[in-house]
Amino acid sequence: MAMPFYVSPEQMMQDRAEYAKKGIAKGRSIIAMEYDQGVLFVADNPSASLFKISEIYDSIAFSGAGRYSEFENLRKAGIQHADMKGMMYSREDVTARSLANGYSQMLGTIFSQEMKPYEVELLLAQVGETPDGNEMYRIAFDGSIIDERNFTAIGGRSEAILTFLRKEISETRPALKIALQLCQQAFENGADHKTGLKGLEVALLDRTRPGRKFRRIGTSEASALLS
Amino acid sequence: MTRRCEPDLNQPKATMNADNNPIPGFSFDPCSSFYQFLTTQRPELLPMARWGTLPIQQGSRDIPLSHQLPPWPHGTTVLAFTYQNGVLIAGDRRATEGFQIAANRMDKVFQTDEFSAMAIAGAAGPCVEMAKLFRIELEHYEKLDGKPLTCEGKATRLGYMVKANFPMVMQGLVVIPLFVGYDQKREIGRLFKYDITGGRYEDTEFHAVGSGGKDARLTLKEHFRKNLPEDQAVRVAIRALSNAAEEDVGTGGPDLLRKIFPMVKLVDGQGVRDVEDTQLATICQELLSQEREY
Repeated sequence: MAMPFYVSPEQMMQDRAEYAKKGIAKGRSIIAMEYDQGVLFVADNPSASLFKISEIYDSIAFSGAGRYSEFENLRKAGIQHADMKGMMYSREDVTARSLANGYSQMLGTIFSQEMKPYEVELLLAQVGETPDGNEMYRIAFDGSIIDERNFTAIGGRSEAILTFLRKEISETRPALKIALQLCQQAFENGADHKTGLKGLEVALLDRTRPGRKFRRIGTSEASALLS
Repeated sequence: MTRRCEPDLNQPKATMNADNNPIPGFSFDPCSSFYQFLTTQRPELLPMARWGTLPIQQGSRDIPLSHQLPPWPHGTTVLAFTYQNGVLIAGDRRATEGFQIAANRMDKVFQTDEFSAMAIAGAAGPCVEMAKLFRIELEHYEKLDGKPLTCEGKATRLGYMVKANFPMVMQGLVVIPLFVGYDQKREIGRLFKYDITGGRYEDTEFHAVGSGGKDARLTLKEHFRKNLPEDQAVRVAIRALSNAAEEDVGTGGPDLLRKIFPMVKLVDGQGVRDVEDTQLATICQELLSQEREY
């Protein structure tokens, strides 16, 4: 009987991480940016019906980069968690922090115990009642979680986009128009291909809305905003 | 003479497995339902888990819970009818507990999403819980599927929830909803009523349920017209509820002294909105002074 080769845990984790990173590098990017009245999400997404950005709860939005089937499952799990928690306690008790923790646990377990790690990166944001109450979390394929401020990006081109934004952004929480402009420029700079407004998926967590803060912005509304 | 049906050997044999499932182990469950999710994952959170399955005590077979325990709060009269722009839904504010008044500012009319609302008559606890669960149900579907349910779909979904409530009905915990919604495709307001078994019936004119439901229906029968303008529709709703309050002890009429008015919601192409208390107060005053003239 052939003995299985010994693979050190370090080697195994490294292989898995490499595999997951390779998968994510193929995924298109998503930017989340705080603006004066909430949080703006912009995704490089040519499809008009398969969304990468989604509402999770009243003031919480989710977006995922990488393998669609995997982040779609995570999105559904998040909505179920949020709706159940809101029912068991109260709507205000549903927070991005606890959701991010849940995602971190899930991805961490999958990374170390499953055959194949998830090739996804997640971005979770909650708009606060005041600008200082905004929260943004980036969750990596291995469950590591990073608390972000002002702006962040995930997906294959995230490094290029972040470098561009760090250089170009002049104020924290700019107006919506400026924020959208910056995001569009970042995509044009960071992506290999030209992305017109048509190729972007735009959504907001708008603090001024009563109840559910999430709102999608169509191509025509986005171009009206930029003009 | 018997004719035998020979199998056609030229027909290809079906390649389904025993479960009739093309890909074993996987299925496309069409349900984006929160209620279904709770039923399979956390059944202890469902209302009927608490009341519907209570063991029947020895010697008390067939006696419903409602006869064994002191009375619990009941919501009373609610009504709905179509008007010019859509559909109106209203309810009085009283809850009764046997012969006592349990609450005089209870809300029995609930907005369930942007274009729909429901009102409930029956045992107050399960009523409020069903409305809350139904709101989550609609929102959950919208978030998972990325698109809200159609008006018809919402009404069907509520029917399932009423049906699932049936074991509680056997215990005396009756919940009878009225559901109204604006059908954006057809651009009309629609009204659905239910029975305790979950039967769903659409009505194009008006309906009222609850202890004073019959009295409210009588008034509506007399004053309801097709395509009533908004202000007259609100007036008819208040009149129907006031008349019901006069005939039925369970229904609370407008209370000008304490400023308690019926709850009236209008559902139209713009969404759901409440009729302001100030407007309700004026209408109640008017109706009262009309009565004095007689």
